[in-house]
Order: sequence, then structure tokens, then C-alpha cells
Amino acid sequence: MKFTGQVYKFGADIDTDAIIPARYLNTTDPAELAQHCMEDADPTFPARVKTGDIIVADKNFGCGSSREHAPIAIKGAGVACVIATSFARIFYRNSINIGLPILECDQAYQAINEGDQVEVDLESGQITSLITGDTWQAVPFPGFMQEIMAQGGLINYVRHKTDK
Amino acid sequence: MGMTISQKILAYHAGKKHVEAGELVNCRVDVVLGNDITSPVAIEEFARLGTGEVFDRDRIVLVPDHFAPNKDIKSAEQAKVVRSFARQYGIKNYFEVGQMGIEHCLLPEQGLALPGDLIIGADSHTCTYGALGAFATGVGSTDMAAAMATGEAWFKIPESLKFIYYGQLPRWVGGKDLILHTIGDIGVDGARYMSMEFTGEVIQNLSMDNRLTMANMAIEAGGKNGIIEPDDITLAYVKERAQRSYNLYKSDPDAVYAEIREYDVSKMEPVVAFPHLPENTRPVSEAAGVNIDQVVIGSCTNGRVEDLEIAASLLKGKKVHPEIRVIIFPGTQQIYLEAMRRGYVEAFIEAGAAVSTPTCGPCLGGHMGILAKGERALATTNRNFVGRMGHPESEVYLSSPAVAAASAITGKITPPWEIA
Repeated sequence: MKFTGQVYKFGADIDTDAIIPARYLNTTDPAELAQHCMEDADPTFPARVKTGDIIVADKNFGCGSSREHAPIAIKGAGVACVIATSFARIFYRNSINIGLPILECDQAYQAINEGDQVEVDLESGQITSLITGDTWQAVPFPGFMQEIMAQGGLINYVRHKTDK
Repeated sequence: MGMTISQKILAYHAGKKHVEAGELVNCRVDVVLGNDITSPVAIEEFARLGTGEVFDRDRIVLVPDHFAPNKDIKSAEQAKVVRSFARQYGIKNYFEVGQMGIEHCLLPEQGLALPGDLIIGADSHTCTYGALGAFATGVGSTDMAAAMATGEAWFKIPESLKFIYYGQLPRWVGGKDLILHTIGDIGVDGARYMSMEFTGEVIQNLSMDNRLTMANMAIEAGGKNGIIEPDDITLAYVKERAQRSYNLYKSDPDAVYAEIREYDVSKMEPVVAFPHLPENTRPVSEAAGVNIDQVVIGSCTNGRVEDLEIAASLLKGKKVHPEIRVIIFPGTQQIYLEAMRRGYVEAFIEAGAAVSTPTCGPCLGGHMGILAKGERALATTNRNFVGRMGHPESEVYLSSPAVAAASAITGKITPPWEIA
């Protein structure tokens, strides 16, 4: 899977309350959650983000709560991929499970600027700036995790497996 | 090469004699937990799986505690989804308002979390049960859905960090201060993906309520789980609650740790975490004088009998500062009843505090004590992120019940020894 998109950049320790504040957790609707995506980190984000955009962030992205509503809000907002120096464990797991592509790459975080156009190859883990042509290598996911993401999440993956 | 207690529990549930850090394993789980926020998503995903049945109706625990008693119509609809699911599938351990408590206070109390268990919960503070010598970790709703159907989940075997606490624990210093100090030391991602094993003479002498507080906040250092080896204190706690058998594990003497840290607690003060991360810790004497608008005592971190006992000991016969609100949340109905029997509730109300039915409520900015723009709370809860208790421009400071109760009287952050 390859994506090209415009970058929105965030700092370190972006917690799940910043990604989707608890005051909006009385719904499970992805479109409704997307309207408040990243609101407490950047109130202008939900209005600016477009389908195919890419979030780039520093360490420990998605720390805090186990709410799957966090990656659901990001995916619902149309974000194609999140690249971070590192991810908090539950967010990492949830992203794979719902089929939100994520990659860990500190060099990419350091080099990429807000607004840059970036290409991501999920299979190889290669990230390319379409501004400078620079490339960075993230560690690609193990095969079964890539397959889960490609199927759009764990439930589809399990159903697909049991159908065979 | 030896294994840590966490690795042993995972190995057992994977049907293996030995596991190594980094290995991916598929495990049978003993308990699958969800609440009123995470379960509705899991129930949708469970329906999409189409298995039509749960793996074991006695091993799924559903606790509507976050926005319950229902705070608004949408929350009521979500709670209804959980209730209907519980009825449809005959889920034994569904706790309706009236029996409901804050999930991580409730499960240990009810004997539903036991030593040696492998527990996953769609709530990040599921790590609390590590205090009983269980491997317990938070997951998302999809993992909960898959586990409700299959009774299984996949895990990467974690490395472990060992923390050794030694010395004489000073008066007013407890589990909350030990864990805040530890998070302040290693940072909010200091234990990312790893097990946190709490050991040493201080832990061996620590009460179960204080141990639960420590394990509860392992996630605040990014930990996969927090764990304490079971001992006589554990057995005294579980023996009258357990309705099934359980296993006691200990780390091997030659277990390998990613790192070992030692803390001399003898000169430690109560700790306060400043906004907006739990790692921003300072000794209470350096926090003294910060003005507050609200005090919250309770939550899955500090809503147990000993927490209320220490708060009552400070508030009894005193008055809450006239310019602040104090809200106290016993963690479960049993804790509430015990606090009534012991006269704590009377002491709180006479002091001018509000006492609430159990709920996660204000801890996550849900209801029952939301902050306005510019307001500041001191809370015994676990997170002080931006907007955590209300308006994005409000602030939360974290402390023990002792510091919170002392500060409730003065209206500013206050060391407990200045009140007692």
C-alpha cells in the first residue's frame, strides 16, 4: 500500500484526550468523532484536514486511554497514515486492529515539516519527501500485521481467514 | 535463562514452558472486561464477526461506570447497548447502576481478578490487577470483541523493568507518592511496551489498597502492565473473595531485566504532579500555595477504603475552604457502605464536601465535576492531560488523598502535616 499526502505535524506525548476528548465519547460514529479529531491539540485541525493527509508526530503518540475512538477519529477524518517517533502501546495495537496505517520513524519526524508532501510505502516502510526527495526507512510491520491493516482491521482479517 | 513473573503468566496461558522477550504468542485469557464507552464499539465489532456466541459468559465482565449513572441521552443509549448485549448473551458479571462500582475497584473486590490470571480489559487502567499478581493489560474495543468471541488474544512478550523500594516509608507517604515519584523518574514513556515489576521491603509491607494504586498507574509510564509478586497480603485479600482456583507466580532469581532501579523512600515527601503530564512531579513542599478551585478524591486510583480513611482523618471536624468545591467518590457500593459505617461519609458531609455514587465521572471530564475555563483542580485521579477534567484551558494537579484532603481545607495545595 502506498499513500501520498500533506503533512500535519504534532509534538511529543500527544495523548488520547487530545486526539478525541472524553466529552465526545458518548458516540461511536466515526464521522461524528472525526469532527473533533485532535481538537485539544489543534482546534483548527478538524476543519483543515483532508482525505489522504498524513499526521507526523514525536514520541509516545496516543498515550493514555485505551479508547479505540482515537484511531477511529483519525481514520474517520480521512488521515491516510500516522508517522511518529514512537507510539504508545495500546494506540499502536488499536491502529492495527482498525486498519489505520502507522509507522515509527524518528528521522522522518525530525526532517519533515508541516505542509510537506510525503509518500509512504507501507510494505517496505519507506517514507519519501516529495519536496526534497529525501527518503527515510521505518521498520516495516511483521507480515500478519500488514495483512490486518490491508484487510482494514482485525475483524475483517479474522472473517477473511475463517471464510477461506 | 529465567523468566519474570509477567513472562511466566503469559507462557502458561500460551501453553508454553518458556518464552523470550520479543516473542509473539497467542494466549487464552481468563477475563475480558469492558465499560460503557469501550463496550459499544466492541459489541458492534463482535456482531460483525458473526460467531453468534461468546466464548464463556462467566468470564466476560461489563461495567457501565464512565458516564453512568447516564449523563445524557447519548450516554443512556450507549449504556442500553451494553445492557441489551449482557441480557442477550447471559453475561453473568454485568453490573447495573446500584451494584456498579468503578471497574478497577470492583473486580478485585468481587474476586473477579485473581493471582496468576491473564486479564485484558478495554480500559487502560486494567493494569491495576497486577497488584494481585495477575498479568493485566489494557486493550482496545476490537481486541475485546475478538476475545469475547474466541477467549484469546495475541501478545508480544514484554521485557521487564524492576523497581526496588527500600527504607522506612515516612508518614503521609503511600502508594500514590511512590508511583508518581517513579513516573517522574522514568517519564510517561519510560516503560513503553514493558512490564513494571514493583519489589522491595517497602512493597512487601504495603497494603493491598496502596498496591492497587501503584499498579493502576503503570500505564502512566507507558507500561504494558504493572505487577507485584503475590504474598501473604495478597492471599489475605483474595482468599475470601475467590470463587475459582488461582496460581501464584514469582520471578526466577535469574530472570533478566531491561533495567533495575532502586529508590530509598526514607526521605520522600508526598508527591504532586503538575499539568499537563503525570511525569511533571515535585515534592509537595515545592507545590505548596498553588490555589485550587476544586478537589476530587476517588477514582480507580484512589477510591478505596484506605484512601477515604486518610481523607476522613484530615477532614473530620474541619471545614472545606469556602471558595472551593470538594467532591468525593467511593469506588464501589461496598466501599461506600463501609465508609458510612465508619463515619467517613458523615465527616465529609459535615466538612462541606459532596459525596457521590461511584462513577469515573470527573476523572475523564465526563460529568459530576467538570472544570470551567481557567479553573484548577487537585485530584487523586491518574491523568492531568490538557482538558482532562473539562475545558481545554483548565488544569489538573495529581496527588494522594492526604494532600488532596489537606488542600481541601486551605484552598491551596498544602502538605498534610500542616493540617493534622
